[in-house]
Amino acid sequence: MTAERRRALMPWGIFALVLVVLPHLPGFGSGYAVSLLSQMGIAVIFALSYNMLLGHTGLLSFGHAVYFGLGAFVAMHAVRWAAAGLWLPIPLVPLVGGLGGLFFAALLGWPSTRRAGTVFAMISLGIAEMVVALSYMIVSFFGGEEGINGDRTKAPSFLGFGFGPQIEVYYVIAAWCFASVAAMYAFTRTPVGRMCNAVRDNPERAEFVGYNPQVVRYVAFMAAGFFAGIAGGLNAINYEIVTAISVGAATSGAVLLMAFIGGVGHFVGPVLGAVAITYLQVSLSDFTHAWLLYFGLMFVLMVLFAPGGLAGLWFMHAPILRAGLGARLIGPYARAVGPALVLALGAIIAIEVNYRVSTRPDLGTAFEFAGIAFDASQPWVWLLAGSLAAAGFWGMRRGLGPAFERHASLMAEAKGGGAP
Amino acid sequence: MFDLIVLSVFNGLIYGLLLFMLSSGLTLIFSMMGVLNFAHASVYMAGAYFAYSLTPYLGFWGALIAAPFLAGLVGAAVERFGLRHVHGHGHVAELLFTFGLAYLIEEFVHLVWGRNPLDQRPPPLLDFPLFTFAGIDFPAFKVFMIVVALGMFVALWLILTRTRIGLIVQAALTHPHTVGNLGHDVPTVFTLVFATGSALAGLAGVMGGIHLVTNPGMAQALGPIVFVVIVVGGLGSLAGALIASILIGLLQTFAIAVDASLADFLRLFGLQVTRATPGWEVWSITLAQIGPMLPYLLLVLMLMLRPRGLLGSRDS
Repeated sequence: MTAERRRALMPWGIFALVLVVLPHLPGFGSGYAVSLLSQMGIAVIFALSYNMLLGHTGLLSFGHAVYFGLGAFVAMHAVRWAAAGLWLPIPLVPLVGGLGGLFFAALLGWPSTRRAGTVFAMISLGIAEMVVALSYMIVSFFGGEEGINGDRTKAPSFLGFGFGPQIEVYYVIAAWCFASVAAMYAFTRTPVGRMCNAVRDNPERAEFVGYNPQVVRYVAFMAAGFFAGIAGGLNAINYEIVTAISVGAATSGAVLLMAFIGGVGHFVGPVLGAVAITYLQVSLSDFTHAWLLYFGLMFVLMVLFAPGGLAGLWFMHAPILRAGLGARLIGPYARAVGPALVLALGAIIAIEVNYRVSTRPDLGTAFEFAGIAFDASQPWVWLLAGSLAAAGFWGMRRGLGPAFERHASLMAEAKGGGAP
Repeated sequence: MFDLIVLSVFNGLIYGLLLFMLSSGLTLIFSMMGVLNFAHASVYMAGAYFAYSLTPYLGFWGALIAAPFLAGLVGAAVERFGLRHVHGHGHVAELLFTFGLAYLIEEFVHLVWGRNPLDQRPPPLLDFPLFTFAGIDFPAFKVFMIVVALGMFVALWLILTRTRIGLIVQAALTHPHTVGNLGHDVPTVFTLVFATGSALAGLAGVMGGIHLVTNPGMAQALGPIVFVVIVVGGLGSLAGALIASILIGLLQTFAIAVDASLADFLRLFGLQVTRATPGWEVWSITLAQIGPMLPYLLLVLMLMLRPRGLLGSRDS
């Protein structure tokens, strides 16, 4: 094995090791942590499958949950058949989900992919709305309002595992996560994957080279549907229930959020986004009722100021850090980020107080936030929030310019300084 | 039967005109700036809530003017401080920005007005049955909505075809760069169009908030359908938007009134479809159940067969 080969395989080894070891690390062994990790694994596959469309082929879909959800329903039916005597061990159920997703993507993909851009986006929206409407009508497949459920422990055991405990399900998810991530990465390296990029960047030229852009888009669409179906199948065995929510607009919106916040320009972007958003979803919703608002704010701020996402931010700074110039960023960044945190604190206080007053008037105006007692009926709370926000905003505006300048100059230095 | 038809036509017309009030602004924004504004229906919702909060102070008629004005200001701010910023990152970023904004506005509404539906009544001046036809009362407020929507269509049409700014807007619809090269301030025209479109959505919100119910889900209920209207009508076409709105309004109200299924249809031809027939679940779905799906079916078919829409001058 050459050194280059080894370096290329190294991240995969680390990834596999992390997946195996993670639930055994201190602090990750609790039931809460393992179920969180399971959700993250599913989200990673789903977000990466979405990015096969958005990032790699330039197709903005508002209905990717259709293939996730339909895959989940197919997988749930498979679990029920398995419980009724069909030989289908649980680890193979996600494959059934994937084939379900592939089937529906093949069915609906051809008319969707004739054009890219807005037309594709609108068609995906229309198809998603139709599937949601259908899901309440065809009760035998979708189970109506309450969805369908199944018992994964009734399926035939696999190598002695019954898949009752969450940790066993986690390892099924982890195995599929590793295989799917590797397969999706490999897909980007194939000629088809390269043609997807070509069709994204310039469909006309791709056509001149002799490829039909619709066929290329269709192939990418089916591949994305397949992996979304795998994620859906894992979701079905993880929760043992699938409802119409999983095909709905909220799920489609969530996966878009994950992929974009993570960064659609890099392969690892959606992985970061899926992990971060799932973590925030689970932890923030414990803390505050306003978590959706914070999500929205975060998303809009990312679109405005960091359209490359988390991965984009990392790659913006990696050359500087590699050149050993990171220390010189700290000062200017602190002068911009410090006031920004003050602004955020003011905004958070205002939002929390408001939420409390508007959504839970029955609890009165007295409440506790971050260990401090507040009374929303007192004007000083609003004054405090307002002045914190204003001061933070003022400081941030002064700090941003120098921070950007320092970044640009260090970037030039890192590139010009002969760093490898 | 006759009164059912009259009622469906009336309700379909009102629903359609409400859609038109929303889509007229959106179709101009979309075709000028290429931005599929997901937040448009949210501005409509904001208009309804603004009116709810302003009515105690200004009365209905004051709110009818002030709420759209506020909505217009929101629109101008969004364009000036948000969209223009994102413009450089391409259409996907713009779209995602409005997508996030729609999300934010909904949460903001939760934050300020809570999650429960709010009761808004028509003003006393319009709260009576205007006339009775075929045994049905026609409330004055609904007739007022029709008048406002049609008035809006005429006013917009006159502005677009008879004034200087209208001509610039029309030219910018198809040739934004040429208009810019001729020395017109296209960015300001954009802001103006965006503000006007938002104000019209706000006006629709004032009406819709009373006609339907003012609740945090009202943007999501109408948002996707407005997209259907502008795509079916053809981008940038005011008349197309009017026709498509009314078409979809009628389609939905009539579908809801018809309680027949495919099985009933097949029975007309002597085919016996019963519970024992394979696929009974599909055959037995009634038109009333499919009603909410029809606009999207129309959307997908339209995009596949005629992407320029009914009266559009260019492909989407």
